[in-house]
Amino acid sequence: MSEIRSIRARLKGRFLGGVAALAIGAAFPAMAQDDAHYGGTMKLLGVSSEGTLDPHINYTARYWPLFIYTHDGLMAFKKVGGPESADVVPDLAEAMPEVTNDGKTYTFKLRQGIKFSNGKDLTVDDVVASFQRIFKVSSPTSGSFYSGIVGADKCLAEAETCTLEGGVIGDAATNTITINLVAPDAEFLFKLAVPHAVIMPADTVMKDAGNQPIPGTGTYMFESYDPNASLIMVRNPHFKEWSKDAQPKGYPDRIEYTFGGTEEAAVNAILNGQADWMYEPVPSDRLAELSVSNPDQLRVSPLVAWWYAPLNVNIPPFDSLQARQAMNYAVDRDALVSVFGGPALASPVCTILPPDMPGHADRCDYTADPGEFWSAPDMEKAHALVEESGTKGQKVTVVADDTSTGRAVGTYLQTVLTELGYDATVQSISGDIQFTYIQNTNNNVQISVTQWYQDYPAASNFLNVLFGCDSFTPGSDSSVNMSGICDKGLDDRMKAAMALAGTDPEAALTEWGNIDYDMMKLAPAIPLFTPKDVDLISTRMGNYEFSSQFHWLVGNSWVQ
Amino acid sequence: MGASPEQETALPPADPSAGEKVWSRRGPWRRVLQGLLGSPTAMISAALLVLIVIATLLAPVYAKHVAGTDPFRSGLSAKIKIDGKPVPVMQQSTEGLGLGVTPIGPTWGPQYMLGADGQGRDVAARLLYGGQNSLLIAGASTVLCLLIAAIVGIAAGYLGGAVDGVLSNLIDMIWAFPVYLLAISLSIVMIGKSYAFGPFEISSGSLIVPILIIGLVYVPYVARPIRGRVLALNQSEFVMAARGLGIRPGRILWRHILPNVSTTLIVFAPMLMALNIVTESSLSFLSVGVQPPNASWGTILQDGQTLLYSRPMVSLAPGLAIMVTVLLLNLFGDVLRDVLDPKSARGR
Repeated sequence: MSEIRSIRARLKGRFLGGVAALAIGAAFPAMAQDDAHYGGTMKLLGVSSEGTLDPHINYTARYWPLFIYTHDGLMAFKKVGGPESADVVPDLAEAMPEVTNDGKTYTFKLRQGIKFSNGKDLTVDDVVASFQRIFKVSSPTSGSFYSGIVGADKCLAEAETCTLEGGVIGDAATNTITINLVAPDAEFLFKLAVPHAVIMPADTVMKDAGNQPIPGTGTYMFESYDPNASLIMVRNPHFKEWSKDAQPKGYPDRIEYTFGGTEEAAVNAILNGQADWMYEPVPSDRLAELSVSNPDQLRVSPLVAWWYAPLNVNIPPFDSLQARQAMNYAVDRDALVSVFGGPALASPVCTILPPDMPGHADRCDYTADPGEFWSAPDMEKAHALVEESGTKGQKVTVVADDTSTGRAVGTYLQTVLTELGYDATVQSISGDIQFTYIQNTNNNVQISVTQWYQDYPAASNFLNVLFGCDSFTPGSDSSVNMSGICDKGLDDRMKAAMALAGTDPEAALTEWGNIDYDMMKLAPAIPLFTPKDVDLISTRMGNYEFSSQFHWLVGNSWVQ
Repeated sequence: MGASPEQETALPPADPSAGEKVWSRRGPWRRVLQGLLGSPTAMISAALLVLIVIATLLAPVYAKHVAGTDPFRSGLSAKIKIDGKPVPVMQQSTEGLGLGVTPIGPTWGPQYMLGADGQGRDVAARLLYGGQNSLLIAGASTVLCLLIAAIVGIAAGYLGGAVDGVLSNLIDMIWAFPVYLLAISLSIVMIGKSYAFGPFEISSGSLIVPILIIGLVYVPYVARPIRGRVLALNQSEFVMAARGLGIRPGRILWRHILPNVSTTLIVFAPMLMALNIVTESSLSFLSVGVQPPNASWGTILQDGQTLLYSRPMVSLAPGLAIMVTVLLLNLFGDVLRDVLDPKSARGR
């Protein structure tokens, strides 16, 4: 028995040894093959740049996918394609935090041996200073994402003297950071994983760094930035991969983002092999041609996002509820879907929460046949509401960006306004300033065209961020509540729903659906459509991966 | 403007006493008319220009009774009947990955004769409406420019001294800016705002703004040759003789200077209008000229920019309209110059 067992054991050992040898033999060529993909220059194109290079301030879908490769937070969204991209993993923290005090205290152990791109070591002081900086530079989400940190109320009131005393505590001896919240927040780890919470050196300037790159810990660093010409990223010489999930070593050696030109020119450049990717959507008139001639170079991915038209509830004519509702009844979502490229690329929406967002409920009042889904505009009702509002004949300017889709949507809204009896015009301004321009109340924007992509998979990221009282800062370029709506009742319900998510997630989702419906009764915006992402990539690009958070993962793709 | 307009339009002094017997016998204006009537180029170009103007004036009739469409309203969900079958104006791609929507192309029928633009609007109807605005802006800015240039040039040349110094330097200052740079800069600042002058109000998006801008930027190019012409006339024998006879300066200006300067202005008019059409189109193409919902040939060109590959007609139609109109104006202007400036014509 024993001998037999011994023979079996020897055989098993030989078999395992053989398997191991095969595995190693197979792995080495694979690794060598993988190594061969490192290097080269990834060439990106954009019609325009999009503002500051300060990760604590910039709030754009153009630069966030870059910041995740130049900077790290305590946590990060997993840098992989597919559903796992919504998972949060430890980044500069060694492990998932220890959560105590009924969900109000998070304790993180900081990784050691990590350096910034300027060569300085990462310390707990940098973490504490970075959290203070979020408030000192009036980050657009300081009032929404991070207002629950103890001491945040004082920082929001007096940013310059912000200390977050009792809120963010660093202990150099144990290399730990403790964050105390005033109330449990089920979304807190998500909020720590977005670029607004990245860690910078403690001596970073406590104001908007503008075009000056700020050192980070990521696989790349910004080498130069000229908003009128280009943004260059190169390898961070001090980077050593500590977590492939959180911050993998990027494949290209260099990433060149060139600004200027048109979408059409960008398409041609990619087809000619002069560029690898373009930020703007492929122009609608080229899609039909490309979907036949170059289908292998197109990637279509679902997005949790919406195109919408914020209506400024504080100035005429949209300070009238009836006027806002009239616009919601009048806009033909199907028409706008065709502007974006047709039903294969977009779907009409009637709610604030996009269809794939947790909490979304199919309900639509602003349609010819109220029910679950939008069906057709109800112009009769829209005309009656405009008459009732007494706003007919007033001047309205639609502010759109200068991309072909932005202009087309703006022009469409202008014709709807004209049809409803308004004296309407369209103002098309450069994309690099439009997003901040429409946020600032000093510009008296009445109606604009913009988009919102999820920062993290939580309903509050749309409802609370875009329509919460804390997101409305009059006179600021960082006031993402562009409608300027502040309904105390709904605001309290949103805060309660966020707290409820910690104890009863299902009930919280139901409540978010109800809040969405009730918010739309106030019509602070016109939901237009939910888009799909279409990327046109070069033939040389490999390993295309799409994250639900940050879209195409530039560092995960190779060009050789 | 390229070469010096002063050289291009240098006219001989139309001095009644200068010896041209034909001038004195038949009068300059009758001679000009006869010259134009005798030129097939002038007649054909003038006739075609008149046709273009009439066609643009008939835009509302065409849109309502022929195309049956409102060219200022989006037709993204519209359908038309072709061979009795309803066809969507915006056509969803069904090949390959099935991505993209393309506006209907030229049907060569009454509806969507030249196809639709990215908003599903009838390009032919918009072309006619756009022509109205392009020609109106170009015509009005031409008149405005000639008027200002005549006043400035005559005042500087005739009064001389400090007035000449101030006005000439002002002209030089404006001239120092490249025309398009100046026009674009002014447009960016002025477009999209409302202006109130007492009881008068210029609303944002009004055509008056591009008229003022385009009218202003070319003033130096006309005023300077006018000034030179007046300086030369001041030294001419017949003006000196009139002064010697004690004729009042106002009468000299009215009877001797102005008639001679007017020929220069007339020669400038068609060429300036051609330039103004191009300038208006350029500004509108750059979104700083005619503002939606108004249309011009320049804005239609811009609309077509995103449809160059799938529906080139949206760009071709206004492009051709601009090219033909500018060509006709230049041909007519050439003949007009030859008629008013026989010496120049002989020299060429």
